[in-house]
Amino acid sequence: MKILVAVKRVIDANIKVRVRHDGSGVETANVKMAMNPFCEIAVEEAVRMAEEGIADEVVLVSAGPGPAKETLRTGLAMGADRAIHIVTEETLEPLAVAKLLAAVAAREDPGMILLGKQAIDDDCNQTGQMLAALLGWSQGTFASKITIDGDTITVTREVDDGLETVALTRPAVVTTDLRLNEPRYATLPNIMKAKKKSIDPLTPDELGVDITPRLEVLRVTDPPAREAGIKLDTAAELVDKLVNEAGVL
Amino acid sequence: MAVLVIAQHANAALAPASLATITCALEIGAKGGGEVTVVVAGRDCRAAADEAAALDGVAKVLISDHGMYENASAEALAALIEPLAVDYGHILYPATTYGKNAAPRLAALVDSQQVSDIQAVIDAETFVRPIYAGNALATVRSKDAVKVITVRATAFEKAAPGGTPARVEDLAPAAADGLSRFVGAEHSASARPELTSARVVISGGRGMQSGDNFALLEEIADQLGAAVGASRAAVDAGFVPNDFQVGQTGKIVAPELYIAVGISGAIQHLAGMKDSKVIVAINKDEDAPIFQVADYGIVGDLFEVLPQLKAALAAAKQG
Ligand SMILES: Cc1cc2nc3c(=O)[nH]c(=O)nc-3n(C[C@H](O)[C@H](O)[C@H](O)COP(=O)(O)OP(=O)(O)OC[C@H]3O[C@@H](n4cnc5c(N)ncnc54)[C@H](O)[C@@H]3O)c2cc1C
Ligand SMILES: Nc1ncnc2c1ncn2[C@@H]1O[C@H](COP(=O)(O)O)[C@@H](O)[C@H]1O
Repeated sequence: MKILVAVKRVIDANIKVRVRHDGSGVETANVKMAMNPFCEIAVEEAVRMAEEGIADEVVLVSAGPGPAKETLRTGLAMGADRAIHIVTEETLEPLAVAKLLAAVAAREDPGMILLGKQAIDDDCNQTGQMLAALLGWSQGTFASKITIDGDTITVTREVDDGLETVALTRPAVVTTDLRLNEPRYATLPNIMKAKKKSIDPLTPDELGVDITPRLEVLRVTDPPAREAGIKLDTAAELVDKLVNEAGVL
Repeated sequence: MAVLVIAQHANAALAPASLATITCALEIGAKGGGEVTVVVAGRDCRAAADEAAALDGVAKVLISDHGMYENASAEALAALIEPLAVDYGHILYPATTYGKNAAPRLAALVDSQQVSDIQAVIDAETFVRPIYAGNALATVRSKDAVKVITVRATAFEKAAPGGTPARVEDLAPAAADGLSRFVGAEHSASARPELTSARVVISGGRGMQSGDNFALLEEIADQLGAAVGASRAAVDAGFVPNDFQVGQTGKIVAPELYIAVGISGAIQHLAGMKDSKVIVAINKDEDAPIFQVADYGIVGDLFEVLPQLKAALAAAKQG
């Protein structure tokens, strides 16, 4: 089975983003970028499946401007076989990404497509579900465990009231949650090896997809700030404040 | 046009997040979106449909009572809703795992760019939503013919009963596609209030050191009628189940009182709780970022502070 993994380049999770003064967005110039953490988990899972002989090829796909290539390189160093870079400078919304991925899937014919459950920049949590709909495939979102048995992909999902298990008929789309695995760090020899792996460029036009944004972002602002309060010495003082000052007990 | 709400429910009752979503729908309705219809799909879900019909402002309820909808399959739900979409300008889901799973599938079928997790309605096309773990708020306008939206439940009041009950109409089930099959669920049973709707939440982090030590939090939770939550680190370490996680990629809570114990206050955690009315932090590191958002802080070892807090609460109760 071939596995396609969608990876997004985002501002590193450890960076505190700053809103631009003109309200046009957040500052991205000279900010550290990284692979979206949920995508790292997706790559790790696919690579493990290849190591176990469940997958025979792991193909990464990323859509975005030039530097998305670096993110693909990172995934190749983790062990993926090759990559596809859909090159565009346009702002990409999840629906557009899902259409691009669906077009790639039509060419590549994978048995499973893995995505992160959420990109930590737009926090949309949409692309995988949209992709499954466009392909007419089943979906297993927020996966904390994936097992493959013949044509059945069994996914344990992290849901609001615990865990849920669904059995999907292949091909299917699966999105990863935090507990699925712990992604590896690429080793130096693997980073060297990754330099020789292919990253094929494609454009939205070549894939026949209209990626024009649908949403108009009117402004981006800072959230209301919270002031630091006071430090107390004892639990008794705390209870007194909660009862008599805050009125919440 | 009109507004459609896809209600999450537990057959006998609507989920609290659905009540907040209906309030959001009524607000969109009042700002030009039109009247509000609620869909209740499930098995033996008549009681939930009747509850929706009794809510003030709801114009109509559509019930689809069928085994296919018993386990909230996104595939089955999207097939049911897609044919309705032509009659609605907005289709709303709660931004719970139920809605997050189902809404985008429908959005793609009706070629709509979903607006996720909205926390305010400016007008019928313009909404405010958090991005970057709530470190920024985006105001976005959608011109899509059908606007598919998920709603942040903590940002809207719960809809309440009132007025004349709406009519409840049957909605015929869609054809089954057999794409996925429900295997089973492990629900974490708890006698405590549900995390996202509790009045008081007490959460533990890596500083708790073990799952057993969460008993210290549970005792206080029982005194306060509180729900127990956790940081990602505590869940990853296996101290508590995944559904305890509060944060950017877990649950969003906004209780009257949030008590963070042994939690450093990473932005991803703050994203899930910084809209709480009053925040208390107990942490041995006085520089922990959690103190920057806490109204009251105690710098100290949680293993000393928690027993003292328990005693102080007991004393106050006797008081
Ligand atoms: C993609 C992504 C998504 C994430 N999503 C979430 C999310 O949804 N929710 C979330 O919470 N995190 C999330 N995180 C993780 C987040 O970045 C932090 O790593 C996590 O919140 C840290 O948890 P913690 O505060 O319990 O642990 P730590 O940061 O290790 O803090 C432990 C704290 O306990 C204190 N402590 C230790 N011992 C004691 C003691 N005896 N008495 C008092 N205090 C003590 C320490 O001083 C310290 O401040 C996410 C991260 C990523 C990359
Ligand atoms: N530009 C992109 N290129 C490749 N994959 C993407 C892109 N945007 C989103 N994805 C995938 O979709 C997932 C969810 O993103 P989102 O729906 O934006 O929260 C990510 O974790 C990726 O796997």
